[in-house]
Amino acid sequence: MKRRKQTREVNYIPPARQEIRQTRQAGGDFADKLQACRDAHIYALFSSLGRLLKSPFNSIMTIAVLTIAIAIAAGFQLLVFNLQQLSGNLEASAQISLFLKDQFSDADARKLAEDLRKNPDIRQATVIGKAQALAEFKAYSGFGEAIDALKDNPLPAVIQVLPIASLTDKAQLQHLQQTLQQLEQVDVAQMDTIWVERLQSMITVAKHGLGMLNVLLAFSALFIAGNTIRQELHSRRDEVVIAKLVGATDGFIQRPFLYTGFWMGFLAGVLAWFVVTLIMLLLWLSVEAVSELYGGSFHLLFFSFVDTLKLIGVSTALGVLASWLVLQHQLRYTVPE
Amino acid sequence: MLKFENVSKRYEETGEVLTNVSFHLEHGEIAFLTGHSGAGKSTLLKLIGVMERCTRGHIWLDGENLCTAKQRHLPFIRRKMGFIYQDYKLLQDRTVFDNVALPLVIAGFAHHEILRKVRAALEKVSLAGKEKKYPYALSGGEQQRVGIARAIVNRPPIIIADEPTGNLDPDLALEIMNLFVSFQQVGVTVLIATHDISLITKMNHRVLKLNQGQLVFG
Repeated sequence: MKRRKQTREVNYIPPARQEIRQTRQAGGDFADKLQACRDAHIYALFSSLGRLLKSPFNSIMTIAVLTIAIAIAAGFQLLVFNLQQLSGNLEASAQISLFLKDQFSDADARKLAEDLRKNPDIRQATVIGKAQALAEFKAYSGFGEAIDALKDNPLPAVIQVLPIASLTDKAQLQHLQQTLQQLEQVDVAQMDTIWVERLQSMITVAKHGLGMLNVLLAFSALFIAGNTIRQELHSRRDEVVIAKLVGATDGFIQRPFLYTGFWMGFLAGVLAWFVVTLIMLLLWLSVEAVSELYGGSFHLLFFSFVDTLKLIGVSTALGVLASWLVLQHQLRYTVPE
Repeated sequence: MLKFENVSKRYEETGEVLTNVSFHLEHGEIAFLTGHSGAGKSTLLKLIGVMERCTRGHIWLDGENLCTAKQRHLPFIRRKMGFIYQDYKLLQDRTVFDNVALPLVIAGFAHHEILRKVRAALEKVSLAGKEKKYPYALSGGEQQRVGIARAIVNRPPIIIADEPTGNLDPDLALEIMNLFVSFQQVGVTVLIATHDISLITKMNHRVLKLNQGQLVFG
């Protein structure tokens, strides 16, 4: 057996420190490295998808929960858009309805409308006769047969007054309403803007509520996706440790998990789009029918192309962010022993 | 190549495991690291692999101080070492080819180079033609050779083996040892931790013996 004396090492001078970069270089030229990098990403992209499909039960559960969270957020967002559109349409028509006293006939109503049109503040005055009002009520209220049972027509004649477009100030409108109220034929002069105002303030409240709901849902999405990544990391612990032992950087180890997060978020986003669109389609017909009542000025809004991109983008970003956060925390504890 | 300078390692729970260990492995040298269980062999190897940091002293590997190396440099330091383990540490759900290719994939080699280098490494350990097999379908000796192929595939300047023959019968063990000698002959530094005294005596190479955390000769 050879024995070396330790004294020989006393004068050891460490060789010049090598550039770390040098050890980073793999063989081949730049094009090779670029190709290798691209291959690695493509491989990670598809292998992570393959792994999701390999354990379908687990992935389906996670993606389903993610989909529900994102669909709720997106659905409410769309609802608020629609309500906003609705109130926007109604705002334009600051209409005053004059319900005439019962003793005045359709002819009286037409005469009054004639007079009203001479008022410079009034753009339009439309008469809805007693018979017409009854017919409309029968058609849309759903009380058709009950109304048939009535002997007399209980509905008054109505004049719908549209102020001129320049008359938008609330005080002026109220002044006009009071003037009309004082007419001897008029029972009630009702301004239709009041409930539009109420709707608008409700939408404002809903928007604030929605903001908070979205934050909560985003957190739950992060937790769901993060937990799945954590499980995945746990079940692939050996692989991570071995990769570390043969010189893998954290970036290399994180890559497949980040892509798993990407796929979960992406698939959940696409599915959420379908879920919300399906629900909207189911609502569509009944909403169109109601819209008829309001002169067809309201049409249901679906996701626009940009909204769709945003939805899927946010969902994907949440998936990637969730796995990144978990990896930052967990990889520190996944060390070779 | 690998130099320990008065290295000590102390754990909070168990106290000092290594005390003032100093030795120097020259470029292309082969040495056995031996000692009873608990003498500090595993700790010493962990210090080399920077899975643990030394409490005192310096460890130089190819000019790099392992005791003070930055965490983010560790992957690149580890690429200079080929580690071989008693339990092989193979990925059971990957083929032999994928297992051996792992260090090259990590280092970012292009596909055609990976193909060439993996073939060469498998040929070196006489496993050519078993690329598509899975580790569980191989014998213990073959699995160990896959581990060796993975350690040498990136041509590291130093190979460190932890009880590489622990689970193998004497004939296979000698065969594996001869493989290590062949690496040394092409200029690779080799450090083998083993407690197989008969094998060490047969091989007649330098021996570093640890006893209760101290190097008793080397």
